[in-house]
Amino acid sequence: MAIQLLVRAYILGYIQHYSQLPALLTLLNPTPEITLSAHHLTRSFGKQLIIHDLDLQLKRGEVLGLLGHNGAGKSTTLQMLTGCLLPGSGKIEICGIDLRQKPMQAKAHIGYLPESPPLYRELSVNDYLTFAARLRGIGAASVAEALNHALQSCGLESVRKKIISTLSKGYQQRVGIAQAIIHRPAVIVLDEPTVGLDPAQIRDIRNLIRELGNSSSVILSTHLLGEVESVCDRVEIMQHGRLIYSDSSAHMQHYGQVTGFIVSLRHPPELAELESIPGVSRVEQTAPDTFRILHTPENNPGSLLLSLAAQKDWQLLQLTPLHATLEDAFVSITGEKGVKP
Amino acid sequence: MIRLIALRELRCLFSMPSTWFVLAAFQFIFAWFFLARLEAFLEIQPQLAQLANPPGASIAVAAPLFNTAALLLMMLVPMFTMRLIAEERRNQTLALLLSSPLTERHIVLGKFAGLLIFLLALIACLPLMLYTLALGTGLDHGLILSNSAGLILLTASYVALGLYISALTTQPVIAAIGALAVLVGLWLADIGSSAADSPWHQLSPLYHFQNFNAGLLDSRDILFFVLFTTAFLLLTMKRLHNNRVYG
Repeated sequence: MAIQLLVRAYILGYIQHYSQLPALLTLLNPTPEITLSAHHLTRSFGKQLIIHDLDLQLKRGEVLGLLGHNGAGKSTTLQMLTGCLLPGSGKIEICGIDLRQKPMQAKAHIGYLPESPPLYRELSVNDYLTFAARLRGIGAASVAEALNHALQSCGLESVRKKIISTLSKGYQQRVGIAQAIIHRPAVIVLDEPTVGLDPAQIRDIRNLIRELGNSSSVILSTHLLGEVESVCDRVEIMQHGRLIYSDSSAHMQHYGQVTGFIVSLRHPPELAELESIPGVSRVEQTAPDTFRILHTPENNPGSLLLSLAAQKDWQLLQLTPLHATLEDAFVSITGEKGVKP
Repeated sequence: MIRLIALRELRCLFSMPSTWFVLAAFQFIFAWFFLARLEAFLEIQPQLAQLANPPGASIAVAAPLFNTAALLLMMLVPMFTMRLIAEERRNQTLALLLSSPLTERHIVLGKFAGLLIFLLALIACLPLMLYTLALGTGLDHGLILSNSAGLILLTASYVALGLYISALTTQPVIAAIGALAVLVGLWLADIGSSAADSPWHQLSPLYHFQNFNAGLLDSRDILFFVLFTTAFLLLTMKRLHNNRVYG
């Protein structure tokens, strides 16, 4: 009994030590440190300028989504941030260390998952992750502990002895993420981490990214807007090699927002009657009994509409608020600012 | 770090069935050639014995065996070097190495050392095979030693060249054909020029191996191999660095 208690206390201590400590530190420290900063990055391939004067900053405990169409320069940017590609000009600092002048020290703080996971398919998961850990400078003594932690957080314990080439794509992707986090880097860079996965796997990986965001800073590129909505604190939109918009992802949904609702009535009144309700700015009839009512954000005529419908026996069938999704915002932002090169 | 990459390279080699097949096939060829030379030597030995200063088993069996091994390695080494960087690039695993706290030096020397250790295991069987002759006759240790040293230096130069050509391309097959073409080209330049003092001889690693093969340790030959190997290793590092510069 006493031993059981001791073991439980030990396990609890372990979990607290490793999972909550960073979060506590962030709570204690009101201004989180900047883990990654890039200034005036440019990059060209041949004569074509791919990245124009890019500035980026990332704080500890932040998940940043880099959003853009295919070919917007997302992958190139991430390759530069991880030292796989040298920038044409500009400066990158990882935890305050210049990536160009002290690449060895700076790269020890980076975990990178490229577009296709860099897996040695002939190795087993254990062997591969051990190699990745040693490569990132983890000493022989602490490899086992780092390995177990990475296997656990990526849900790979059941396949640890399998050869990577025999794993499904979802598991291979997880192994790719595991190699990026095994040394608990301050900056985790994920290039389209959920591409090609099934919905359940996508959900798992998003949860994992969310967890990683508690202790490290994560930067992920994607063209899936849902991903940004569900995991990112902040979003940067890239187009033609420029960052054209930057904001919190919750904020972004207000961008170009329409406020209003869809109303279905069994006995609809005249259009003019709906338009005359105070606060309503515009009414469109989308079907014989369905209307799209827009109003000003500060003046919501919802309750008035409900009481009118009851009074005049319009028989309300449905009242759905209109939501601007990131999709709308993305389209309106890229459409507005997108200048063809 | 160099050791880590070398070990991974070795582990990767030994996890492929083709490696074991090649090892077996080459041991078979070496053994067959060794026995054929031995048989020929035994046949003419009575006639040789009448000479004033008869050649022994070492010069009649060991030297031709090492010479054949040197030629065969020229064909074999490109098959192994082709994967080293080209395949990493094709499978996009190079990103793991490039984003890790390593320099180009670590990557190149690690891969070079890994493959060289594997090939040393392959050629270590040659002196072992020859020393079985010590059961029946006296052997010229100096000749076998200089041949072994020469073969090691020759293999190192082949590996360095193959590694560089592997770093130039994304396709392992092109890397193999490229390395083979260069090695055969250097060899042809050597045997094709008839004049004994032709400068073409000096370019060929196999030409510089001939002195080792005859039991002669010449510092010029050693210097050639060291320079050849170092030059291609440095070029490979430069090429990997350019990978970051040009993408």
